[in-house]
Amino acid sequence: MLKTFLIGIKDLRLAFRDRAALILMLAAPFVLTLGLGLVTGRFSGNNSNGLSDIPVIIINLDNDQLGNALVDTFQSADLADLVEPVIETDVNAARKSIDEDKAAAVVIIPEGFTKNIMPQRGDFTNQAQANAEPLKIEIYANPSRSTGAGIIKAIVDEFLSRVEEGRVSGTTTIVQLMISQQLTPEQAEEAGLAMSERLQDSSSNMTDTLAIKLNSSTSSGEQVEFDILAYIAPGMALMFLMYTVSYGGRSILAEKSQGTLPRLLVTPTNSTQILGGKVFGIFLTGAAQMLILIGASSMFFQLKWGDTLGVVMLVLAAVFGATGWGMLITALARTPSQVASVGSAVMLIFGILGGSFISLDQMPPLVQTISKITPNAWALDGFTTLGLGGTLADLSAPITALLSMGLVLFLASVLLFGRKNLAQK
Amino acid sequence: MPNILEVQNLVKNYGDFRAVKGVTFNIQEGEIFSLLGPNGAGKTTTISMLSTLYTPTSGDAVIGGYSITKDPMAVRRVIGVVPQDLALYEDLTARENLIFWGQMYNLSGKALTTRVDEVLEQIGLTDKAKDRVKTYSGGMKRRVNIGVGLLHKPRLLFMDEPTVGIDPQSRRAILDTVKDLNKQGMTLLYTTHYMEEAQELSDRVGIIDHGELIAIGTQKELTQQVGQAETLILHIGENDDSDALAASLKGIQGVQQAEGVEHEVSIVCSEAEDVLAAVVTKANERGIKIRSIDIREPNLEAVFLHLTGRALRD
Repeated sequence: MLKTFLIGIKDLRLAFRDRAALILMLAAPFVLTLGLGLVTGRFSGNNSNGLSDIPVIIINLDNDQLGNALVDTFQSADLADLVEPVIETDVNAARKSIDEDKAAAVVIIPEGFTKNIMPQRGDFTNQAQANAEPLKIEIYANPSRSTGAGIIKAIVDEFLSRVEEGRVSGTTTIVQLMISQQLTPEQAEEAGLAMSERLQDSSSNMTDTLAIKLNSSTSSGEQVEFDILAYIAPGMALMFLMYTVSYGGRSILAEKSQGTLPRLLVTPTNSTQILGGKVFGIFLTGAAQMLILIGASSMFFQLKWGDTLGVVMLVLAAVFGATGWGMLITALARTPSQVASVGSAVMLIFGILGGSFISLDQMPPLVQTISKITPNAWALDGFTTLGLGGTLADLSAPITALLSMGLVLFLASVLLFGRKNLAQK
Repeated sequence: MPNILEVQNLVKNYGDFRAVKGVTFNIQEGEIFSLLGPNGAGKTTTISMLSTLYTPTSGDAVIGGYSITKDPMAVRRVIGVVPQDLALYEDLTARENLIFWGQMYNLSGKALTTRVDEVLEQIGLTDKAKDRVKTYSGGMKRRVNIGVGLLHKPRLLFMDEPTVGIDPQSRRAILDTVKDLNKQGMTLLYTTHYMEEAQELSDRVGIIDHGELIAIGTQKELTQQVGQAETLILHIGENDDSDALAASLKGIQGVQQAEGVEHEVSIVCSEAEDVLAAVVTKANERGIKIRSIDIREPNLEAVFLHLTGRALRD
């Protein structure tokens, strides 16, 4: 155990004496965070989140409860800084405005949208109504303003998911009661209408519970402001964490080719202690890198990362998950240069997939699913939760996922390493 | 003196290739034993098996009473290893390197710092101990490489061609260090392809070629194998064909072996004076100008030439 610790400390020391590694471990993510902060206006002082006054045209052809609720949502005080909604009635004119790059998106709420969603009297016994295709809200997005359009889409998606959630849970309850013969069809219709009224009431208060807004509150009720840098900084740190773990993995093969690993193997130190020490070294270096970047961004950018215990635990879990990937890359590679090449590619791919550049909310569902294999996505999810005022108690999903990921990858790496001849230079 | 090392029929295969073919020898406590042979002869593979880095395909060796196959961890406490290539962390200082490697040999606390100071003194790098190894000259790095092997005061030290690729001054310093260590009671297994080093250092020599130990004994015992033969070394011009001249000299009466290497021709003969005139005549006939001639008493080079028909540097 002591030798494992000593080997890990030695590797940490070597990593922090390698100037090239330091540039990529610390300077690059710091500078990129600074650069993206400048691009998003984080440092201009005009807006704390870098995204503001996104122009959006809303066409409410529904003019009923849900359509009006969505309009109210866009016009709510919570979204006042984020979006700049304009209400229009001419669909073609609105589309033309998008084509002329005058707005980020048009939201078209179709006629009869509320009636289509909410059950009306007679709908429960009307087969044609029951089988009718659901009406959809159309978003006509401006491709040149993908970020803004993505946010508008996310607001609409969030609104619809809340409506759908209430509708599905109510319908499921009524159907279950009917199956168990606790409700007759006539009683079911009455219950459905009552559910519809509750849904309409709650939709008018939708903005109170909408996840996408600038402000969030902590468990203690204290209002916290979400800082866009709280997304950018961990995104960059996590992307370059992948560099650090592949650098650490590369050092295993580098020690083999430089002769220090064979020399270690002829000391009274067993191979488990040596490999354990190397893994511990990668973990220590990754954790040090993350904590330094967190400290530096707090000091220089006044960035609030959130609950300290949550941040520390999430960093350790993220580094553990990333270390698993570093070990797997090393176990599959034959030379240090192969680890470097594959590691750089994985760093970029995981950076993109994991949301370091573009928020995962704006990615297609398939990409969002694939992103779950990356430590970046899980950790970024955790850091966003902390940035919005969450605590360690809210991080069970990302931390469990990261620890499981690290464990599975580490076991796979050990099996693959068992087939390698570490003694042979 | 008792044997500290007993090697029994050690074999190492790499696939179909047999790198070491059943080597058997002993080393007595307190002696310097050299394994002499050309590059690729199997010296490093043999040392790698003895130091427990490689597992033998068959055979075994007992070091300090412990089997290398059954109790490798106990063997590692008895031995020290100075590998052929530098095996150091160049971004650490000499002191940091020695402390780390000392810890790997289970040294700690005051015993570790005291021993590190002693080794730094022994390798002559006390003044440069705080400099990173990457700033050192090749010779200084070699000395640190040796120092690492000495930290835990091993009973048996393996040194695998420690003078390859360094300047004559550093080489001399290393050879003196080897002698000093032996005087202090350390047993050494030294591999080299330099005949001069084996002659200068060794109590006994094993000559290894193509994975086989083809001769073993003291220098006197080995040179007796080639009788009273002497070696004539002809130094010829850079553009002259030493191989062709050597081939033509083999027909001269009294010449036992003739081998051309670069700008030299080595001739093993019973009496140098008897063949000298004929050798010079042959060279003149071929238009080869002899620049100088050395006559050497029987040595390990002659033994190797006698046993293999090839020069050591081939």
